[in-house]
Amino acid sequence: MATTTLPRAATGYRSGLYEWVTTTDHKRIGILYIVNSFIFFFLGGLLALGIRTELARPGLQLVGDAALYNQLFTMHGSVMIFLFIIPILAGFGNYVVPLQIGAPDMAFPRINALSFWMLPLGGILLFLGFVTGGAAQAGWTSYTPLSEDMPLASPGAGQDLWLMGLVLIGTSSILGAVNFLVTIFKMRAPGMTLFRMPILVWTVMVTSILVLMATPVFTSALIMLFIDRNLGGHFFNPENGGNAILWQNVFWFYSHPAVYVMVLPAMGIISEVLPVFSRKPLFGYKAFVFATAAIGALGFSVWAHHMFTTGAVYLPFFSFMTFLIAVPTGVKMFNWIFTMWRGKLSFSTPLLFALGFLTMFLIGGINGAFSAAVPVDFALHDTYWVVAHLHYVLFGGSVFGVFAGVYYWFPKMTGRMLNESLGKVHFVMMFIGFNLTFFPMHQLGLAGMPRRIADYANPAWNDLNLAATVGGFLIAASMIPFLWNVFISRRNGPIADWDPWQANTLEWATSSPPPPYNFDRLPEIRSERPLFDLRHGRTATHAVAIDAGSAPPAPAAGN
Amino acid sequence: MTSNANALIPEEHGAVAGLSHDARGGISNPILGMLLFICSEVMFFSGLFAAYFTVRAAAPVWPPIVPGDRALTEAYNLHAEPWFAAGLTLILIVSSFTCQFAVWSIRRGDRTGFVRNIAVTLVLGIVFLIGQVYDYATLGFGIADGTFGTTFYTLTGFHGAHVFGGAIMLSVLLYRGLAGQFTSRHHDAVEATSLYWHFVDVVWIALFSTLYVL
Repeated sequence: MATTTLPRAATGYRSGLYEWVTTTDHKRIGILYIVNSFIFFFLGGLLALGIRTELARPGLQLVGDAALYNQLFTMHGSVMIFLFIIPILAGFGNYVVPLQIGAPDMAFPRINALSFWMLPLGGILLFLGFVTGGAAQAGWTSYTPLSEDMPLASPGAGQDLWLMGLVLIGTSSILGAVNFLVTIFKMRAPGMTLFRMPILVWTVMVTSILVLMATPVFTSALIMLFIDRNLGGHFFNPENGGNAILWQNVFWFYSHPAVYVMVLPAMGIISEVLPVFSRKPLFGYKAFVFATAAIGALGFSVWAHHMFTTGAVYLPFFSFMTFLIAVPTGVKMFNWIFTMWRGKLSFSTPLLFALGFLTMFLIGGINGAFSAAVPVDFALHDTYWVVAHLHYVLFGGSVFGVFAGVYYWFPKMTGRMLNESLGKVHFVMMFIGFNLTFFPMHQLGLAGMPRRIADYANPAWNDLNLAATVGGFLIAASMIPFLWNVFISRRNGPIADWDPWQANTLEWATSSPPPPYNFDRLPEIRSERPLFDLRHGRTATHAVAIDAGSAPPAPAAGN
Repeated sequence: MTSNANALIPEEHGAVAGLSHDARGGISNPILGMLLFICSEVMFFSGLFAAYFTVRAAAPVWPPIVPGDRALTEAYNLHAEPWFAAGLTLILIVSSFTCQFAVWSIRRGDRTGFVRNIAVTLVLGIVFLIGQVYDYATLGFGIADGTFGTTFYTLTGFHGAHVFGGAIMLSVLLYRGLAGQFTSRHHDAVEATSLYWHFVDVVWIALFSTLYVL
């Protein structure tokens, strides 16, 4: 056929900053999300080191006055939650979800780019507070009236910048959630029914529903506080008929579902890692899916367990619901344990981090269920016990899950394998450092040390605080082998073929890194493990998709 | 295309596997996206309404009586003179109808009818906004005047901002309609915008009922 030959669509990455800034490719945006989140992870980590250094010994050594200390822990919490853990999980979702469901991209690629670029902007707004007379200092929860524009509360621009930054970041989350949901509902490859979707896709779906329904409520709270501070409003000021507890209700209506936003995708990541490195299918796929949905639904009915001591909430209901939400979480624990049971475990770095998640999240879950009992909570409220619980689920859970994901998908993203020895050094250092930092906080909490204090005068707290500080620096040191590993492996690591882990899901059915359009061919999808089926001859495209390195050329026009 | 014995994916999926999924029928991506976005907007307004009812429930009387300030007390009593706002409500309801007529026109392929109806909808939206500005100027209380003023201006202000956003979307539709970019088969933007406009309308009905009637 004599036809004009059209220039081929871009099939390879061109280098250059311009390409990265203007990209709408979900894989590049996913990597941007991850890199951006890691930058904020390190900034938030520096703030944490500031906190730990100050608390190493009694007295004020590092920070001149307690206001600066307040800024440190406020920004540490805000950055880690809003600029690290939520976006990095969205980043993994961005990179992996379209690949796992066999789609060429997200449903709205340009909105995808928009949601990413709001994040660094929001982050800059948050940090601008440090150069405009002090960052936000009312804690990441910004309880009113502490966060109001009043003397001895939060006068100054820092809190306003915090509010504006979070509105931006929240909008980014909402747009991302719409994008994920449309992608998952509408872009799945033929044969990819809902109950054949990889678990990560399920968790991203439930997470997106939580973001969609909860984040706008938080946006409304942020805007109301902004109106209070700047336009003379009275939402949260009891002197003029407002209600200070209203902030806590609206804030936790978002922020409790948000803790599931922060952990569900990490659960999804380790549910991808555990079956692959145990050489077994996930135990109880459907139970896992329903448990995820149950956590999402129950997540909306437990917010007031953060407010037991206000006396303004109905304690039995929220206590009962909090105990109840431990049930689907326990179901997942058994899913994971029985996935590994009698499996052929290979202790590669991704599996180690997944095991880290499993054990540490278990501790965090148990001490969380413990505080769901109202009398216990009354005793432990606002002590270091809460800080310990929070870090065991968010760091011990989500961050270990994030690193499992980094080690698992790095070969897909870069085409190079990470170094296993350095990975194991990283894991051991981080695991020890983590427990050294946060386990003593349980005892500090039981011994009555309140959270958010810059100084203390109880000699019984000295040793435990010092241990926590040493652990904190060990966590920081564990980033050195990690960064070195990424740095050398990206250049000189062994070349990764299409499917270096002998995995189950579709992202491994294309080259590493995948072409911009993701797939030349898709294998048949007959179960939730299409590549397993392919490898074992259950489906017929065996020769095509597994033959690494011989990607069929894109059909040229006119043949 | 050469037939490849190994390719199990049907040919219409081609090299870019999955790209054609959109055509499988059912709701289209942009419309589903807009519906989900509207869900999040419902939750946003729910947050504001929750705040409104919280402060209202805490007040001894509503609308509040300000001792020694008869003018402000009367200004707060929106229930006494809801007629102007009722007129604005009528305008928005009519605009929802004309918006839907525009959708039906373009579904039939009637571009002239589409452009006319969208133009009328846009004008009604702008009239509503002008009416709201006039209302704000004559109400006699401001956003800093007690919880009543704060909640009133926050709720109606954010609704007004959404009407403004909708007016921008309608302007884009009008421009694209005049350029002949919509057909009976390709008009997702029209369907999505109409859904948004109906949503904004419903929010106003809820606001009017709450602030002026309830």
